[in-house]
Amino acid sequence: MTAAGLREPPAAKALLILAALAYVALMLLLPLGAVMYEALRKGWGLWHAAVTEPDALASIKLTLIVAAITVPLNTVFGIAAAWAIAKFDFPGKAALIALIELPFSVSPVVSGLVFVLLFGAQGWLGPWLDAHDIHIIFALPGLVLATVFVTFPFVARQLIPLMSAQGRADEEAALTLGASGWQTFWRVTLPNIRFGLLYGVLLCNARAMGEFGAVSVVSGHIRGQTNTMPLQVEALYNDYDFVAAFAVASLLALLALVTLALKSALEWRYRHELSAVH
Amino acid sequence: MASAPASRSTPLPGFGLSLGVTVLWLSLIVLIPLSAVFVRSGSEGWHNFWAAAGSSRALAAYRLSFGAAALAALINCIFGLLVAWVLVRYRFAGRRLLSALIDLPFALPTAVAGIALTALYADTGIIGRILEPAGFPVAYKPAGVVRTVEPVLAEASSEVEEAALTLGATRLQTFSRVILPTIVPALATGFALAFARGAGEYGSVIFIAGNVPFKSEIAPLLIITQLEEYSYAGAAAIACVMLLISFAVLLLLNLLQHWQQRRVG
Repeated sequence: MTAAGLREPPAAKALLILAALAYVALMLLLPLGAVMYEALRKGWGLWHAAVTEPDALASIKLTLIVAAITVPLNTVFGIAAAWAIAKFDFPGKAALIALIELPFSVSPVVSGLVFVLLFGAQGWLGPWLDAHDIHIIFALPGLVLATVFVTFPFVARQLIPLMSAQGRADEEAALTLGASGWQTFWRVTLPNIRFGLLYGVLLCNARAMGEFGAVSVVSGHIRGQTNTMPLQVEALYNDYDFVAAFAVASLLALLALVTLALKSALEWRYRHELSAVH
Repeated sequence: MASAPASRSTPLPGFGLSLGVTVLWLSLIVLIPLSAVFVRSGSEGWHNFWAAAGSSRALAAYRLSFGAAALAALINCIFGLLVAWVLVRYRFAGRRLLSALIDLPFALPTAVAGIALTALYADTGIIGRILEPAGFPVAYKPAGVVRTVEPVLAEASSEVEEAALTLGATRLQTFSRVILPTIVPALATGFALAFARGAGEYGSVIFIAGNVPFKSEIAPLLIITQLEEYSYAGAAAIACVMLLISFAVLLLLNLLQHWQQRRVG
């Protein structure tokens, strides 16, 4: 980039930058702006009324509960998977990594469908669950299962490259100095990976709260009970209650912006520690 | 990436525990549930499988889902390359903001994207007429392409370009003969990822597609319709076809990554 001959003419450069900015504005900023505009078009009063309405509050609470169960489960799994894959060598490692990333290429609707096939009224375990009065589909457990499936790879795929790059020298030194396995993990490994871990948890949480397709299949759409925020947006939209639909959507958009800001801050502040990830 | 050579003779503990947790959790959450799709789709015989998965309505839905996904992935590749180029090569005001915004689709729930597009249709109507109704929402995710191409583009050494220039190549020749071949594998990876994810996209599409059978009904929506009619085997059959196509794309993607590593390394 330093040699003069490698530069495009200034006009071409300006044109390329403008085209990129225009593309991002059209595809990303315009939709986001539209949501905020529609949500606040009739004023703050209606926006506030829409997001504090009982069904909306119930959907916010449900979304938080689902994320609060899902994210820790996948965090523990992600750390375990990264420890096994990054610190040890064993046959079938590449296949294991491919299987962990599998949920990314499965349609969200199929991700929900698999649990209906297992636990639904006509699913394999349906009659047994029914006889014992256990509710999984159209209830909280189904929502959690579908969300765990969809967000399954997030933490693991951040940690595996990071921990592979860090190697085993630190942990082996700690062990030689007499630390136990768990002490080594808590005092050496965890501080080494904390920012990569935070990054993975952040992305996992954003997806868990925003998931639509998978939870839509297992939720049953009972307002005030099994509608998460994205499902509530759809329900309100189908009722032609556009102000309320956009108001709830604006909360989700806000969540996305906060996630993005935290993600950028993490990337900027700890880019050296995260550099192995990309 | 300077990783220590791993071997099984390490004194580190926890291999059995961590691998056990991984395989158990993977089996319970992903493998066993996914296998249910295949078992259930065949549970009522081949005849019923084909009646559901091969019906003309289902074929129209696959065509729309995978066709729109291919178109969207192509759009993403073109603009993804453009954005990656601008981010890697140029320094300008707002560059970091652009870089952060590119990741917005990772964080923005699909339902929000869907409802946002409905607002744009209602207000202007122009975008809807220009862009294919189903192709547009799935084209909404250029981040994958940008993030795959970016590191390769950043590493592509400018010395090779300088050499090409001194040998008398024009800027455009340098791009098409020197730079493009280096990034084609990364671009192909980005295309495959965008394609696989676009084909399964549901949340952002149902808000704005008409959802009319044979015309604007995507495959994931057809699965939900089958479920609502309590046809579990039919839903599983269509899901089975979608999974197989996605897995084929994934396999191709892995082969491409292998090819990419060999070329770069």
